[in-house]
Amino acid sequence: MHGLSVTAAAGDCVHVAGPNGSGKTTLLRVLAGLLTAEQGSVSWQGRPISADREAYGASLSYLGHMDGLKAEFTARENLAFEAGLRRRLAAGEIDQVLARVALTGSRDQPVRSLSAGQRRRLAMARVMLTGAPLWLLDEPFTNLDDAGVQCLSEEIAGHLDAGGAALIASHQSPKIPRHALRRLDLG
Amino acid sequence: MARTGTGAAFWLIFRRDLLLAFRHWDHVVQPVVFFAMVTTLFPLALSPELGELRQLAGGVLWVAALLAALLGLDFLFRSDHADGTLEQLLLSGQPLALMAIAKAAAHWTACGLPLVLVSPLLAIGLGVPTTALCTVMLSLALGTGILSALGAIGAGLTLGLRRGSMLLSLLVLPLAMPALIFGARAIDMSIHEDTARGPLLLLAAMLVLVVTLAPLAVAAALRISAE
Repeated sequence: MHGLSVTAAAGDCVHVAGPNGSGKTTLLRVLAGLLTAEQGSVSWQGRPISADREAYGASLSYLGHMDGLKAEFTARENLAFEAGLRRRLAAGEIDQVLARVALTGSRDQPVRSLSAGQRRRLAMARVMLTGAPLWLLDEPFTNLDDAGVQCLSEEIAGHLDAGGAALIASHQSPKIPRHALRRLDLG
Repeated sequence: MARTGTGAAFWLIFRRDLLLAFRHWDHVVQPVVFFAMVTTLFPLALSPELGELRQLAGGVLWVAALLAALLGLDFLFRSDHADGTLEQLLLSGQPLALMAIAKAAAHWTACGLPLVLVSPLLAIGLGVPTTALCTVMLSLALGTGILSALGAIGAGLTLGLRRGSMLLSLLVLPLAMPALIFGARAIDMSIHEDTARGPLLLLAAMLVLVVTLAPLAVAAALRISAE
């Protein structure tokens, strides 16, 4: 990957597009600070992310290829531990988010018994719950049914309306209500 | 939006890992059974004579406890790495060193503490007098704590490797040798009705040293392994 430059302001949504193997995941991992670029830099609010990794980590929410959920925990426990690490959660907040992603009926089931689509919804619920202004979403629509895609698109639109920014890596073209996506083609 | 404080984050990770450990009962029970099995093998192989066993008890208890505590170390970060939760922990905005120490503390509570609790029974089986049982427990509590902290460094470094568990043992055991020497010596001195204060204080100093420095090394190792 050479000569790549991308900026995202509040309310911006960037679609990182490209065929399989073009480096979409790599780019998102570099932007998240999980990988170090051989050259170039990543800055958040004008400061290199290496200056304060913890502050940057708290400002972003990353949805990777893996859902990042513990199979042994229930949906609620997963959110309580992972989102709870980032901010103090109010009573009932987890249940509200689970209702928004239509997982209320499965909230006390261990994640291992959930389908791949339900796990993706739960991983997305974690992203929503963190309250981070920057969302880095790697193939967020994988395994989701039509209702799931629509629900997730609405949530991303709501995040952008609230002044958040999102980078979505996807080989399909996501449709986010009320927002035009900026396209960044790789490969 | 109030960010989670470092103290609250520590307890959250500690509770999370402890809950995970107890949802896999085998991870908690296996080291204890291994510890009991190994200490039982020695009387069978050497001599059932309590007087002879008493001479070896300190070394036998310590070697068996160290090997038993090693069993659970491989799980410290591996499952988090496999299911992507480690990435989420790295990006949680909490200091990585704090997470490392919380995870090592949870590992000690799930794997080290049960060994300490059963050690008096096994020590009596090896002819250790009841007056020395406190030293047995205290030295093993310090020793398994040292191993959990050292083991976290090894577990972090060997995270991305396919056969990491073997390498983990080879990395951690040499570093645990000083603790083994002083720990076994403390029990031996106590058996012979000598004061074991010296070696126990040295063990405590070692624990303070590794608990202070290991989190920084684990944080660096995790960052490298996550790439």
